[in-house]
Amino acid sequence: MEHYTMNLTLKVWRQKNSETVGHFETFEVKDISSEMSFLEMFDVLNEQLISEGKDPIAFDHDCREGICGACSMYVDGRAHGPWEKNTVCQLHMRAYHDGDTIVVEPWRSAAFPVIKDLMVDRRAFDRIIEAGGFVSVNTGNAPDANSIPVSKVAADEAFDAAACIGCGACVAACPNGSAALFIGAKVSQLAFLPQGDAERASRVKNMVDQAAKEGFGNCGNIYNCEAECPKGISVGNIAKMKREYMRASVSSGPAGIRSES
Amino acid sequence: MGFTGLFLIAFLIVHAGLNATIFMNDDGETFNKTSHFMSHNWIMRFLELGLFIGFIIHIVQGMILTRMNRAARPVKYSKTRYISKIKWYSRYMGILGILILLYLIMHLAHFWVETKSELYFGAEEVNQYERMREVFTQPLWFVLYMVGLAALLYHLLHGFQSAFQSLGMNDKTWTPLVKKLGVAYSVIIVLLFALMPIAFMVGWL
Amino acid sequence: MVLDPKIPAGELKDKWQNYKDHCKLVSPANKRNIDIIVVGTGLAGASAAATLGELGYNVKAFCFQDSPRRAHSIAAQGGINAAKNYQNDGDSTFRLYYETLKGGDYRSREANTYRLAEVSGNIIDQATAQGVPFAREYGGTLANRSFGGTQVSRTFYARGQTGQQLLLGAYGALQRQVATGKVTMYARHEMLELVVIDGKARGIIARNLVTGKLERYFGHAVVLASGGYGNVFFLSTNAMGSNATASWKSHKKGAYFANPCYTQIHPTCIPVSGDYQSKLTLMSESLRNDGRIWVPKNKDEKRKPGDIPAEDRDYYLERRYPAFGNLVPRDVASRAAKERCDAGYGVGSSKMAVYLDFADAIHRYGKMEVHKHGIENADAATIREYGMKVVSDKYGNLFEMYEKITGENPYEVPMRIYPAVHYTMGGLWVDYELHTTVPGLFAIGECNFSDHGANRLGASALMQGLADGYFILPYTIGNYLSGDIRTPRIPTDHPAFEAAEKEVADRINKLMNVKGTKSVDHFHRELGKIMWNKCGMARNEKGLTEAITEIQQLREEFWKDVRVPGEINSMNPELDKAHRVADFMELAELMCRDALQRRESCGGHFREESQTPEGEALRIDDEFSFVSAWQYTPEGEVMNKEPLIFEVSKPSQRSYK
Repeated sequence: MEHYTMNLTLKVWRQKNSETVGHFETFEVKDISSEMSFLEMFDVLNEQLISEGKDPIAFDHDCREGICGACSMYVDGRAHGPWEKNTVCQLHMRAYHDGDTIVVEPWRSAAFPVIKDLMVDRRAFDRIIEAGGFVSVNTGNAPDANSIPVSKVAADEAFDAAACIGCGACVAACPNGSAALFIGAKVSQLAFLPQGDAERASRVKNMVDQAAKEGFGNCGNIYNCEAECPKGISVGNIAKMKREYMRASVSSGPAGIRSES
Repeated sequence: MGFTGLFLIAFLIVHAGLNATIFMNDDGETFNKTSHFMSHNWIMRFLELGLFIGFIIHIVQGMILTRMNRAARPVKYSKTRYISKIKWYSRYMGILGILILLYLIMHLAHFWVETKSELYFGAEEVNQYERMREVFTQPLWFVLYMVGLAALLYHLLHGFQSAFQSLGMNDKTWTPLVKKLGVAYSVIIVLLFALMPIAFMVGWL
Repeated sequence: MVLDPKIPAGELKDKWQNYKDHCKLVSPANKRNIDIIVVGTGLAGASAAATLGELGYNVKAFCFQDSPRRAHSIAAQGGINAAKNYQNDGDSTFRLYYETLKGGDYRSREANTYRLAEVSGNIIDQATAQGVPFAREYGGTLANRSFGGTQVSRTFYARGQTGQQLLLGAYGALQRQVATGKVTMYARHEMLELVVIDGKARGIIARNLVTGKLERYFGHAVVLASGGYGNVFFLSTNAMGSNATASWKSHKKGAYFANPCYTQIHPTCIPVSGDYQSKLTLMSESLRNDGRIWVPKNKDEKRKPGDIPAEDRDYYLERRYPAFGNLVPRDVASRAAKERCDAGYGVGSSKMAVYLDFADAIHRYGKMEVHKHGIENADAATIREYGMKVVSDKYGNLFEMYEKITGENPYEVPMRIYPAVHYTMGGLWVDYELHTTVPGLFAIGECNFSDHGANRLGASALMQGLADGYFILPYTIGNYLSGDIRTPRIPTDHPAFEAAEKEVADRINKLMNVKGTKSVDHFHRELGKIMWNKCGMARNEKGLTEAITEIQQLREEFWKDVRVPGEINSMNPELDKAHRVADFMELAELMCRDALQRRESCGGHFREESQTPEGEALRIDDEFSFVSAWQYTPEGEVMNKEPLIFEVSKPSQRSYK
């Protein structure tokens, strides 16, 4: 692997807080190594800003290994940047060349208000999970793990859906700002498993209803969520969610029931 | 959208099939008979009502969803980019829908209003076959029909498979088939429709 | 103060049952009137908060991340141990206990370790019931694998994302309690001070990281589940935000800090590539099941790794430890890599890396596969193709991750790996009830000094976090709170809250007003260098003594020359970091002091002065069979000893030869 260094122009969204209007600000960064990660390039920029007495750019990040789901940058028109099945923390600078200009924006969604600069508030996702993204089993209630066999196929499908990291790239990338892939992934995971069966109907209804309350858009089957999902969650999960929703609508007692705990 | 979409998709098959009788080489005799039946039979007129309701629900639903989706992103991105797998027409279903609606108004004005005035106001029965010739040989209408059909083509290319997804049908085995079927359906239906003005314009009929 | 671990009487195997049979309970009516604060929402914190909520307590849960689901437990790859013996291969509670105790080099308590093994099976049951998609066999039962060289297959896993799946299970349980109102979640809040009233922990001061405001929270008890302190080293596999502030502040309010020098250096991480490096990435230990580790035999090797013939390669782990080979425990593997690199045999541009090579595994699996498929006289390319398929099925996601970071394809060229700080076995001292030396303050998960002794076995961190949170703390905290049911909620305008908040506000003002020239990261990086070089994989008296002086100087410089930009009352990530680094710099000194006093080698703590003639770690049981528990006093740190008593399993020297 040939390593090289580059100078870049960055156009970054700056916004003081959720109340104010934001704007783009342009920065020059020099001698960026192709071995750096994209966020390390931001670290360099921030050190530079601090030394100049300016306010560094706020952005969410934590594990920097593509699993916590904290990082969230919309880079040159794409959620998490140009690499497929990738989080922006795992994007490396060898994707760029000397002289490139890079535009970086926050996730834009009514349900994800900007906190500062590139940082957004994604608690709407927590509230969707609160509405039903779990199996109601108190600690100590569980039967022996092998008492309910689950076919390997179902377990694998459930895992594929469960791989969601809750980063919100699906919402950010969706032209409609829909959270269908996020909800679909959780609904689908638990619908594949016998453990999730008891609350199947209430789960999907409550989660979908909560998403509507949060102000997410509607799925238009454009599938950009799947294309930009760092974990490659399939839109098949959205179809499964719709199926579950219809099933819940035609069966099971009064609608909109919240699961009791 | 899925239910009404599939309903309208089914309607297009009937519509295209019946209209294709113009190609029977009988100077429009079968076509005119069919068209008379469709506009005068009371069962058909009842079904026509259903069709209108289907259209209206589809359009109103589309408008409501578009409004909600716009509200879901109050601040737009300065730049968006899509990988080639993401089709442009999937993202412009609303605009394509408006084009189709305008096309539909024109189309109804050309071929539907007169059948109603004949029915309710005792106007003279129109020879629909000749009416088609009249409309389709005028360059302006011809071009507008082609544009409208192009919009329909793209609307269907997305809409067909999308309807299945919306109704929860997505399966590793069947979905690729549904997608292929959707392309075939869209192309055949639109081609069939397009051949009608073309046939009149170039003088095959 | 006499350190009483409060180990229940009775046979080792009956102790926990005896405890549960006799501990005091809190009635449901009283639970409603009791508030508990839980700091941190990783496996330990989320599972504890959810379970306490289910029991009926009012829980206030805090995390500095934007959502509880992001805690760094999520990054654990390999798996979780449990003594289920589903594989019928001779596993048992005792065996898991014994291996944990021995793997920890006999520096943990027998009773705690046994209890951990005892509840391990329940964790798997609980997680499965929550819908955690563990790997399964075709028959529908749970799959297991052998991990880190154990002789039994007791590790449950969900591909390479076991930590993620377990955390999401606990997070689901937590959110369910949030929905019922039993848990109130405070995300983007960081605990900056412990409030102690009449000698008991009664609350915390937290900074709302969005508004920058200081907020006061009362709890009848406070549970710390704030993780480990690996980020003292600046570069580690911990998340960027992982920090020791909650436990360090509690230490300064009276909680003893135990065994701070025990840090685990994980052998298989992606090496450092440059000065800008912000963190290190772990490659799962499971890679060592199939990968062979080697360095060239010649110091000035210029050939590409693929061109170096077998006779010029030094498979040093296989050479030194023929019995365990590449599967020796983490501490042993890490030190061996350091030894080779220090001797000048390292590879890559930095010369601080060794090869982890899959060529042989690909060949071996390929031959098996072509045989299975009945292909005779298969050529090398076919064998390779089949072999790559097997390797990709097993490690595909890890290989992809490696390629993303380094740009190199590990199917073609061997991976380059180097050890990195991964886990800290030390932490707040707790007794059998997970109770610190401050009454009402509990510590669970990596944050306590835990059950791992001086070295943690693979796939045991997830087990301990969840054991503490789901199955141990909910009992032991009840035993404490049963004596507190008459205490009404203390209003947060109590003078102790005022004083604690003022302390924090003063510290923030002080940090903001240094207005120096260097960034927080600059100091953190310097601290990391000192710690890595002098208190890392190998330690000696001279280095540690120097390190203490250097850290003191660095600290002084920090308070003179740090520059924290931004405002106090707004989102200010640099200020958040400044708090954490200020505490790391104090903790770092204590780590060095602890390492200095422990003149033996044990587990992850290797004192160069204490080794066998072959260069292996040499424990000195007569002198150091104790837990060092450091007590903060205004005059300095004072060490207390909790002797370790082994009634059932007598210490023996570890040998992997």
